[in-house]
Amino acid sequence: MYALIALGYTLVYGVLRFINFAHSDVFMVGAFIGFYAGRGVSSASTTSGIIVMLVAMLGCAALGIIIELLAYRPLRNRSKLTVLITAIGVSLLLENVGQMIFGATPQPFPEVFPARKFEIGQLVVSSKDLVVLIVTLGLLGALRFLVMKTKIGTAMRAVSFNPQAASLMGINVNHVISFTFGLGSAFAAAAGILWAYKFPKIDPLMGITPGLTAFVAAVLGGIGNIPGAALGALLIGVIETFVRGSRWSTWTEAIAFVLLILILLFRPAGLLGKLQPEKV
Amino acid sequence: MLEVKNLHVSYGAIKALHGVSLSVKAGSIVTLIGSNGAGKSTTLRAISGLVKPRAGEILYEGQNIAGLPAHQIVARELLHVPEGRMVFANLTVQENLMMGAYLQHDKNIIAAELELVFKTFPRLKEREKQAAGTLSGGEQQMLAIGRALMSKPKFLMMDEPSLGIAPLLVKTIFEKIVEINRTHGITILLVEQNANLALEISHYGYVLETGKIILQNESAVLRQDPKVRSAYLGG
Repeated sequence: MYALIALGYTLVYGVLRFINFAHSDVFMVGAFIGFYAGRGVSSASTTSGIIVMLVAMLGCAALGIIIELLAYRPLRNRSKLTVLITAIGVSLLLENVGQMIFGATPQPFPEVFPARKFEIGQLVVSSKDLVVLIVTLGLLGALRFLVMKTKIGTAMRAVSFNPQAASLMGINVNHVISFTFGLGSAFAAAAGILWAYKFPKIDPLMGITPGLTAFVAAVLGGIGNIPGAALGALLIGVIETFVRGSRWSTWTEAIAFVLLILILLFRPAGLLGKLQPEKV
Repeated sequence: MLEVKNLHVSYGAIKALHGVSLSVKAGSIVTLIGSNGAGKSTTLRAISGLVKPRAGEILYEGQNIAGLPAHQIVARELLHVPEGRMVFANLTVQENLMMGAYLQHDKNIIAAELELVFKTFPRLKEREKQAAGTLSGGEQQMLAIGRALMSKPKFLMMDEPSLGIAPLLVKTIFEKIVEINRTHGITILLVEQNANLALEISHYGYVLETGKIILQNESAVLRQDPKVRSAYLGG
């Protein structure tokens, strides 16, 4: 799940070289769209789960594109810091508007996929974990195909490398950037649904902690690097689970930030990232 | 085919072009020579839409294209091979070429163009699956030109194709430029610091100095001009 959120950070960073701090709130909006859409479906079935997820992904893709258009595009040629602060502003805006519309009290998230338990020998696997795993892997695979094998994916990589040269190929850079925001936001929505499905309580501030953790995962793997985001997320997930099971369990949420500090000290480009000299 | 009238471009407070006018006839090779910082690249960047001109007209096939975004100018089959090549180092040679054909949706045309590019630059075929960043400077220049050809241009602008390339390859690339002009009938506007070579292959030349055209004539005449000889051809 961290992987899905981390990918959104990494996709946007890869193309625009800035951290979209509002990403974690798009994740929250995704969960809420799922909440309302989930009440609309009659019973929990795989089809209804998929429909709820698609609705949320489309809704958030639109939201991401609108945020980029209204908040970030006018600042395209300003300093990175300006955009970064704007992103924090958008994040606070979404959180507070969320509290206005959805209310600040946590709400129970409906069962969108059917729940079952499987026993494999002594191992008990809940269908929740399976759904999370399958959806995550499926989306990661789809993203990899999209970025590496399709025309729009190649254009994303081209824009990421050199937007000016890309425009000389006839690529409409603004369209590619919108597409990237839509894609990243759709992934955040999918993560939001999975998160709410696994921990079925949602509120407008639910995005903050997983969002920050996923951001650390993206940095850990090497920001701007898609396999890196997945690897970083896997590592953070495993480490958090181990810490939660140990006697330092109260430190679970702190551990990601300890990792962030360590990675920035010793390998600032991340595990799979390449250090690029910043042009001044 | 292309008619630039009284073009002014500024970068912030700095004026780069003070009223450049030039014209390029269909089917010809025209060169723009001048020293560093004279405004040669800026002229091309203004035509291709990378910078917005402050004043002036750029008439291409009779229509004013000044100020249009770059991707719309590409759609008019006017291509710019930028200085420093700007190949997508993170993409393979083949992916770079496919990006060149970004606006082309007909698969048959793309395949035909690809074949043509590989015929013109066989080296690119050998390196098809390699990341463009691993190519030599000359190969990257071939790729940059090949990438532009993928869009089936009518008009090609090239900025310093000889820059940072082994002398032996420079000759090959200039031969290819002539070939592209003759056999594909593509009109070419060439910006070049190597004035000797540029005047040798072109039909008409302009000399740019600090943002103004100071001389213009048939290339053969310019080569004999004493001022041009002392300033740009090394005596």
